[in-house]
Amino acid sequence: MAVMLKPGSTIDDYTIGECVHDGGMGFIYRVTGPDAGFPLIMKVPRLGHGQPTEGVVGFEVEQMMLSAITSPYVPRFVAAGDLAETPYLVTEWIEGENLESAVGRAPLPTDEVARIGAAVADAIESLHRQDVIHLDIKPGNVLIRPDGRAVLIDFGLARHARLPDLMAEEMRRAVGTPQYISPEQVLGVRTDPRSDLFALGVVLYELATGKLPFGSPQTVSGLRDRLWLDPRPPRMLVPEIAPWLQEVILRLIEPRPDQRYPSAAQVAFDLRHPDRVTLTARASKLERIGFFAHVKRWLTAAGREAEVAPPPVEQVAAAPIVVAAVDTDHLDDDLQRALQGAVLRVIGHAPNARLACVSVLKDTPLMDGAKTSETTSGMHLDHLVRLRHWAKPMDLPPERLSVHVLEGADTARMLVEYARANHASLIVIGAANYSEPRLGLGRSITTAVSEDAPCSVYIVRSSTPVLGSGAPAVQESAEG
Amino acid sequence: MKLALLADVHSNLEALDACMRHARREGAERFVFLGDIVGYGADPGAVVDVVAAQVAAGGLAVKGNHDDAVRNAGTDLNDDARAAIDWTRGRLDQAQAAFLDGLPLIVREDGVCWVHASANSPGDWNYVTDDLQAARSMGAAETTWCFSGHVHDQVLYYQGAGRRLMAFRPLPGVPIPVGRHRRWLAIVGSAGQPRDGNSAAAYALFDTRRAQLVFHRVPYDHEAASAKILAAGLPASLARRLRDGH
Repeated sequence: MAVMLKPGSTIDDYTIGECVHDGGMGFIYRVTGPDAGFPLIMKVPRLGHGQPTEGVVGFEVEQMMLSAITSPYVPRFVAAGDLAETPYLVTEWIEGENLESAVGRAPLPTDEVARIGAAVADAIESLHRQDVIHLDIKPGNVLIRPDGRAVLIDFGLARHARLPDLMAEEMRRAVGTPQYISPEQVLGVRTDPRSDLFALGVVLYELATGKLPFGSPQTVSGLRDRLWLDPRPPRMLVPEIAPWLQEVILRLIEPRPDQRYPSAAQVAFDLRHPDRVTLTARASKLERIGFFAHVKRWLTAAGREAEVAPPPVEQVAAAPIVVAAVDTDHLDDDLQRALQGAVLRVIGHAPNARLACVSVLKDTPLMDGAKTSETTSGMHLDHLVRLRHWAKPMDLPPERLSVHVLEGADTARMLVEYARANHASLIVIGAANYSEPRLGLGRSITTAVSEDAPCSVYIVRSSTPVLGSGAPAVQESAEG
Repeated sequence: MKLALLADVHSNLEALDACMRHARREGAERFVFLGDIVGYGADPGAVVDVVAAQVAAGGLAVKGNHDDAVRNAGTDLNDDARAAIDWTRGRLDQAQAAFLDGLPLIVREDGVCWVHASANSPGDWNYVTDDLQAARSMGAAETTWCFSGHVHDQVLYYQGAGRRLMAFRPLPGVPIPVGRHRRWLAIVGSAGQPRDGNSAAAYALFDTRRAQLVFHRVPYDHEAASAKILAAGLPASLARRLRDGH
């Protein structure tokens, strides 16, 4: 099947349409077939004499990955032909702009880089949560849908921690795209999800500056440069880049995985909350480290060997974003103290956990005039201070703690949406939090959160019995 | 068709029963026994009867070294295994012993090779413990898929990007595509005497139509199986092994 198929011809249940891509590894056609409810494309690999077998393996890997992944950030798998007879892969056709074209417009302003970065980080997080590492994140493999969400394509180099790695071999060698490949991939490691974060960092560097941090090396020793080379800080190239964005980018392209973010969710979190990014020396750097510092890094890197990384799902689990729903109107009651204890126990077991303390303001004054808005922001600040006070016993470094005051009439919905948007792994909430009565036939806030949350919910009760409708018997005996 | 693949049942009726019930729930239509039906455990007769009934119903069984040792006293075994087989011999009736004796060493059908140990000289009971042994067995099998036991841990050998085979440690319950365009050698794990620190019985399901393999672990009443071993007067270490899983 080395030649292009003619429009109108058929393979199994599919009728070939226009050829939309004619690349080295194969062809991509629009196809029609049994109604999937969305438009389809078919990938057909180039096979036959003189074709690299790696391309066929990549095709097989992609088929294996797509049929195992369920994610709105990945084209849906529809069908595959038998690899021994008629190899093809039918997937959802994604309407979107290839990120390559955004690179063409670079340097892009800070907020646009952050928006794209957060969208790609969402997509990477979704993969990692399914134990999949993409291992070839680059602009050409990212589509941006019209609504701004990112879709990752081309899973030919990907790895699924629960399936045999067809790209693996005894003698490890670098497999990836030279510009974006992570240092550990250069060493032949295909098991670290943080490799995707490194590549994301290179993409963001490129979008923000129009330049590549490590160039386009052609040799193995050129690839190894990224194990020690300190790239030019983005703000040295484009002074308009916000320091916080430089902080995020340089943290992503740290040579050692454990110096990077522990999860894609935490990257997305920072890109969406610039004011919560903890600035370190990375943010203010305007030049490369000096000669001697470089020599030192080189010497360290020279001895670096491939390290075994825990699988993606374990790394995601070890770096949860925990949302504590705090009732800042009743900070001193037993329930809030019980909540503190519960959060401490959760955070204590996960050194990479990040705590977001959230309070929802219901009754903010109407926005009519300068004075009222001052009052609103005054209230806002007041609750932020209370949240910070509440979180003090957690004794967390600033990069692991943030406080957020949300405003909205529907407290439960606000909490659930916040958890969803920030890939929270757990919401910790008090059972009788927000002491308001139930609204008509509606559910309590805690019930609504526990039913609608996108993640686990830890419902905390204080040891003191709650007086009121929930515990009449206790009340009676206490009085009797 | 979904095939349930069980190896190294070793006279463990509780484990066999749990695996077969699990497999039926998962839609297994045919049972394949990859040798070492007897040895170590306390229920040789009952286990042979179950296997023989499956073979009569269209299933398949190949001979393992412990099965061989029932008739062939010259087979090389360690002391515990020897003691168990000597005990087993007296617990099997004529028909049961004849069934074991009549089992084939190796069967090839529809692109699959079934064998207890290595397909390379199967009667020598070579252990497939690394990629080189696996390559030898795969080469001798001359089929797309080769399924075996003898080694008690679940492993899937496959051709990666390099010249040598890669060993993959499967996770229970995860379907693995094993397409017929490449070659695979799976060790399905021991149903009756797991040795990887996990006491749950091991087996695998092979879906021939979808070319998909799922390794399973099934918790079973290993306390009951251990108690029977002790009651039978078999070595206590064999009972302990079922509890500890190694």
